[in-house]
Parts: sequence; C-alpha cells; structure tokens
Amino acid sequence: MSGWWSRNVLRIYAVLALGYLLLPVAYTLAFSFNQAGKSNLIWKGFTLSAWQGICDAPDVCAAVRNSLLVGMLATLIATVLGTMIAFALGRHQFRGRSTTNLLIFLPMATPEVVLGSSLLALFVNMGGGLLGFPAVLLAHVMFCISFVVVTVKARIASLDPRLEEAARDLYADERQTFMKVTLPLVMPGIAAAALLAFSLSFDDVIITNFNSGSNFTTFPKFIWTSSLRGIPPQANVIASLMFAVALAVVVVGQINAARRAKGLIA
Amino acid sequence: MAEASAVGSRSRTPYLLLLPGMAWLAVFFVVPLVSLLMQSVQTPLPGGLPGQYEQTFRFANFVDVLSRTEFLGALGRSFLFALLATVAALLIAYPLAYAIALRAGRAKPLFLVLVVAPFFVSFVLRTIAWRQILGAEGPVVGALQALHLVPSNFSIYPSSLAVIAGLTYNFLPFMTLPIYASLDRMDTRLIEAAQDLYSSSWTAFRKVTLPISMPGVVAGTLLTFIPASGDYINAQLLGNATTTMVGNVVDSRFLVNSDYPTASVLSFTLMAIILAMVFVYVRRAGTEELV
Repeated sequence: MSGWWSRNVLRIYAVLALGYLLLPVAYTLAFSFNQAGKSNLIWKGFTLSAWQGICDAPDVCAAVRNSLLVGMLATLIATVLGTMIAFALGRHQFRGRSTTNLLIFLPMATPEVVLGSSLLALFVNMGGGLLGFPAVLLAHVMFCISFVVVTVKARIASLDPRLEEAARDLYADERQTFMKVTLPLVMPGIAAAALLAFSLSFDDVIITNFNSGSNFTTFPKFIWTSSLRGIPPQANVIASLMFAVALAVVVVGQINAARRAKGLIA
Repeated sequence: MAEASAVGSRSRTPYLLLLPGMAWLAVFFVVPLVSLLMQSVQTPLPGGLPGQYEQTFRFANFVDVLSRTEFLGALGRSFLFALLATVAALLIAYPLAYAIALRAGRAKPLFLVLVVAPFFVSFVLRTIAWRQILGAEGPVVGALQALHLVPSNFSIYPSSLAVIAGLTYNFLPFMTLPIYASLDRMDTRLIEAAQDLYSSSWTAFRKVTLPISMPGVVAGTLLTFIPASGDYINAQLLGNATTTMVGNVVDSRFLVNSDYPTASVLSFTLMAIILAMVFVYVRRAGTEELV
C-alpha cells in the first residue's frame, strides 16, 4: 500500500494541480449557459440564449473582429521580422551580437504597464493621432517580436548541422540548402512562434488599454471595460469557442508532430 | 559558420536580416522609454488646461512622487504581492513540472496541453472566475462555512490574499513550463547513478535533480515575477482600495487624471527597479545567457 502511494502521489498531485488550473475555464464555460441579469456572477439557471445569439450583446462581435484583425496582422509582421533576426543570430557571425541579444531580452523583462504607458507617452507627444488601431498594431508587433526570436532561435539551435552539410555535399548551393533543408526543418519552430504571437496579441489587455484610444475596442478590452458594469454571457460563449479552437489546433499539431516523428524513425 | 558565398555578402547578410525587426524595437520600445523619461520631468503648463504640460526637466518630480506614502505603498505592495505569488507559484509548479517530466509516461503530451490550456481563455475572464470562486457565494467560502471554520459574513474576495491568489494562478503556466523543460532534458541515469552510490532519494534530488533544474527555476521565477509586479488586473478585480498596486496608479493617473508626469515617474521607477533586480538575480543565479 505504501509502495503504491509513493509511486502515485506525484501523479495524483499533478491531476489535482491541473484541476486547479482548469477550474476557472470550467467557470467561464458554465456561465456561458447562465440566465444572466445585469451581471453574470451568480448562477441563476440554465439557458442556451447566449449561444443562440452570440452577437446579440452590443459591440461584442465588433470587438472580436478587431482582435482577429490585429492578431493576424501582428502575428504576420512579428513572425517575419522575428524569424529574420533569429536566422541572423543562429546562422551568422556579426558585430553587435550582445547588443542585439539585450534589445531582444529587454522587452520581455519589462512589465506590460511600462510598455503600454511608455508607448502612450510617445503617441501623446506625437499629438495622439495614431491612438486606436494603428497604435495597437504597432505595439502588438513590438512585444511579439522578442518571443518569436526566442522560439525560432531555439529551433535553429536544435538542428543537426550534418543535414545541411549533407545537402552541400550533394552539390546543393546555399539557396537550395536553405529552401529545401533548413527552412522546412525550422518550420515547426516558426509555426509555434506564430501561434505564440497570436495568442499573446489576442489576449493582451494592458498594452491595448493604454493605446487604443476611446473608439477602438478589442475583445479583451471589451471584457475589461464591461467588467465594471457586468460582462454579457456572450463574452463567455466566445471565450469558450476560442478555447475549443485553440485546444483543437494544439492537439492536431501534437498528433501531426508525433506522426512525423514516427515516420522519420520507420 | 562555413558560408560558401562571397565575403561581401557574408558580412552584409546578418545586418540586412536584423535591420527591420531591430528598427521596429528601436522605434517602438527604446524611443517610447525616452518619451516616458521626458514626460516624467514635465510640469503643468502655466495657465494651461488639465493634461497640458511643458518640458522643464524638473527631476525633483521623482522626489515629490516617491515621497508620497500612497505611491510608495503601491510600489511596495507590487513587489510584495509579486514576490509572494512567485514563491507560491514555485511551490505549486515544481512538483507539477517534475510529475509531468518524469512520472507522466504516455500522458505527458496531454498534461502539457492542459498546463497551457488556461491561456486559451481570456485573462480577465479567468480572473473574474476567481472572484466567483473566492466570493461570499462561492464554493470555497461555502465549504469553510459548512465546516463552521469561518463566520457567516466571511469572504476572501476582496482582499490582498485574493489578489495574491489571482496572481499565483494567472502566471502558474509561466513557472511550470521552463521548469518542465529543464527537467525533461535531464538524463535520468544521473539519478540512478546517485542512488547506486547509496544516496537517499532525497539527497539525490537535492544534489542532482535540483541543480540541473535551476535554469528552469530562474527563468520561471522571472517570467512570473516580472508580469506579476506590473499587473493591475488582479488588484482591480480581486482587491479593493487598500490593495492598490503600482500598475493601478499608473493606469488611473495616465488614463483618468491625465497626470502624465506622476504616472511616468512611477512607471519608470518600476522598470528601473525590476531591471536592477533582474540583473542582480541573473548574475547570482549564474545563467548569463537568457536569450
């Protein structure tokens, strides 16, 4: 009995800890079915009405559209710029490497409230004309770049250099080696970086709050501003749907990666 | 690196790759910090409207702001709450990361997905869920009351404890993943070797496993402490007027009161203290290469 206990105590702990991590997710999902009044904090009874009219709450779907637009554009720009930096750091010798590393590290070591307020200071000094969609997009690209660099750089560092040597031995020129060998091998890292950038952008409250002005609302900002007067259950529906989509993307990605790994071994 | 191309292109290529991204960081990270510093030494425009300031380089603004107890209290609470949340997150995350890396077997990918899954639900909604869980009508208080451990008017929300609990929860995956990554890379034969040499499993953990996982612990504590110290969502949603953190003050001074110099002083001070702490911590922990 005590042997069983010592073998399994960590597993039981892990399950409990994961339950703790997922408890607020369960709450969010459950309260998408609540008969909410003005606020949606106390359980009143089951209804499907929020699921049947997702866009019925004022402004919520416009906010989601804005978030998707900012998220996709910021992901695209940050992934391209960050991947270029990662290749420079991972595949080239150059002067100024430590300055580059420092400038990549600092935005990640700076609290969001400082990033947000300093950008606001800049945009206010410029007259405030950029506040709203342009300022939010510029800011999101900025804080996503470092995370893309770190993720892609780790993938480049983990590559077996013999694969590229083999390509060159087989008379592939530099360009062919990059396009046919290096880039496909780095691709999973780039995809992971893009997913990370999108989820950082899509869930950002603080930096967006500082730089979105009064007329531009993203989904997290919508939830944040409406938390004062009561969040409509439609927000819970959208959050639950996003959760399901993100989970599906990650699970499919893992299954594909496992299949590819098996294919390489076989 | 053995590049096959001509010398000229070899020396230019890295700079061309770096240029657009680094320019973006220079314009939208470095320049704003300069703007913030400039704004912190402005004074109200004589005869101007609220929110109009002139550049007078009055560095005494720092002394004025940092000598007020309400602002010092908010700064102190930020670091205290962040520290307590980081310690709590470390205590919860280490065994979890250990279990996933070394005991989960075939369930490892599933467990990893579940660790990051909370990120797929909006940060604010997750925090509001804790308001419901810890509130007077919630299950935690209900259970404590049913056991007659607390009086009937007892509530955990709003309080400092609720804020710290919220911070601990929200940044837990940031603590778990780096520790997991360092344990997962570990060669488990090292533990077996230690046990073969008659070390107890506790000694083997202390002398072998723990040192190997230190880079993960350092990364995890930084990734938890930094965002927690600047956060104001948790203090706003789970606290009250007595639990204000520096982020709340920066937010309201900037966006509600248009008191840009005060907000800039506090924001700049927060960043300066955090960077100083990060560099000392990284030095002492001995992991120079973080990026």
